[in-house]
Amino acid sequence: MSTTTDLSLVEGMRRQSDYWLTVYKRTWKGSIISSFVSPLFYVLAMGVLLGGFIEGDPDKLEGATSYLAFIVPGLVAAHAMQTAVGETTYPVMGAIKWHKSYFAQLATPLAPVHLVAGHLMFVLARLATSCAVFMVVLVPFGVFESWWGPFLAFASQLLVGMVFGALVFGFSARLRSEEGFGVLFRLGVFPLFLFSGAFFPVDNLGSVGSFLAKLTPLWHGVNLSRMFSIDEVDWALAGVNVAVLLVLLVVGWFWAVSGLTKRLVT
Amino acid sequence: MSARPYRVAPVSESMIRAVGLRKSFGDFEAVKGIDVDVRRGESFGFLGPNGAGKSSTMRMIAAVSPISGGELRILGMDPAVDGPTIRGRLGVCPQEDTLDNELNVRDNLYIYGRYFGLPKGEVSSRVDELLEFVQLTDKAKAKVEDLSGGMKRRLTIARSLVNRPDLLLLDEPTTGLDPQARHVLWDRLFRLKQAGVTIVLTTHYMDEAEQLCDRLVVMDKGLIVAEGSPLTLIREHSTREVAELRFGVAEDGAGHEALAEKIADLGERVEVLPDRLLVYSDDGEEVIAKVHERGLQPIAVLVRRSSLEDVFLRLTGRTLVD
Repeated sequence: MSTTTDLSLVEGMRRQSDYWLTVYKRTWKGSIISSFVSPLFYVLAMGVLLGGFIEGDPDKLEGATSYLAFIVPGLVAAHAMQTAVGETTYPVMGAIKWHKSYFAQLATPLAPVHLVAGHLMFVLARLATSCAVFMVVLVPFGVFESWWGPFLAFASQLLVGMVFGALVFGFSARLRSEEGFGVLFRLGVFPLFLFSGAFFPVDNLGSVGSFLAKLTPLWHGVNLSRMFSIDEVDWALAGVNVAVLLVLLVVGWFWAVSGLTKRLVT
Repeated sequence: MSARPYRVAPVSESMIRAVGLRKSFGDFEAVKGIDVDVRRGESFGFLGPNGAGKSSTMRMIAAVSPISGGELRILGMDPAVDGPTIRGRLGVCPQEDTLDNELNVRDNLYIYGRYFGLPKGEVSSRVDELLEFVQLTDKAKAKVEDLSGGMKRRLTIARSLVNRPDLLLLDEPTTGLDPQARHVLWDRLFRLKQAGVTIVLTTHYMDEAEQLCDRLVVMDKGLIVAEGSPLTLIREHSTREVAELRFGVAEDGAGHEALAEKIADLGERVEVLPDRLLVYSDDGEEVIAKVHERGLQPIAVLVRRSSLEDVFLRLTGRTLVD
């Protein structure tokens, strides 16, 4: 039906560029606090101040020479997750249920697959700007150990962010009531934020806990972001991390497209 | 895409052709097999109460809802195959406003035009024309949420015209508007009709159908129960006039049913409504005179011409707006 299309994905996204640009223009001011200010507070409070009490022992901190250097790359990855989740929860439900903008768009040559692609491109743009600013701010703190590492770390942050963007989009597209978001935040996002290795090495969770933590998508992103930032790269492990995230991204994409199609095309 | 004025085409060109069209949602059958043929330049209406299957039919015609059975061709194409191409040539004004409340009036049109792949300059000039057409030029920079209901509808109609559609679909275009706003809207729609735009609309207002439709079908419970021009439908299914009689609060044994029996012979037909009796006759004044001759004392009487409401009542035994 409407999912079969003679409109290419790229052309479909291009046609939505003015829309998303307008959305960005009207929301960027509001996103400054969550995108730039809150992460800085985390860096200062957890990295600098709390980190001052923690011995910078590379053996206990996955190779990092200070707690600041340990925590910050993980924080950026976790921040990417939160940004992506923020952009694919209420905004997706709103476009379906409240202001119904997806239905308006669907009356044009655009199909659900284009709407998902356009929305996720916007998520990517939000991730790129907020993670880039975060990374630039970190330069003077001296946490980066190579010139090229931060770029790969940045790419990892985008990748893990997009995994969450796609998966959560699929979840939101299927959700009937916004109460489900409370469950997602409390039982999904928040525990991941705390226990996926951003704040402490997951080995501290014991063998079972550590195994479970490594099953979470966020850990793969945190690990990549950290390894590249502090130049302690285990390339085999990095390959596994990237592969897992890519597989999840593909799964998330199909989950999102099928979810939105089922919801809109009835 | 080149600028395309309203295309002049052979009169016989079929814009919508449905044969045995069906739509089910699980066990519920919303549309139970209807035949529809809409020609270019025609103004066609689906009249029926809520739940008659009008909106389901419209969504299938808009190529956003897959058909469950039968055959459907829009602009000669199969919506299951050519959905995007069809939608590119349709203008859709949905029942609920789907305007972007946080964008201003102009941006709502501009951004929508871009979804059709129109170049920026082209969209811009069309937007100016359309704002003029729906009399919202001085509101171009206003936020949508500050507009009245009537203005929002006009903006939605302008939006549906941004791609210069071959076929304009209007789902309950004036539901929820006050009488003045409805008349402003009708005037705009009538101009489009005069310009030769093919219009398909759904409504449960018979005056709207009478004003705007060359031809219409009456839908009830997923089926088409009658088809024709407003005038032929009235001629075929009703009398020229209707006498409405309102009596005081009925006593036991002297209710509307009992009164209806006493005057059953005065018209072709008598309908009993909760608050009044309708006597169908070609001469309403004569009916009323005879009612008085029989010693009955209605507290209010009215003679009017038959309308589509009467047709609907006749065909389904129910009123349009419950």
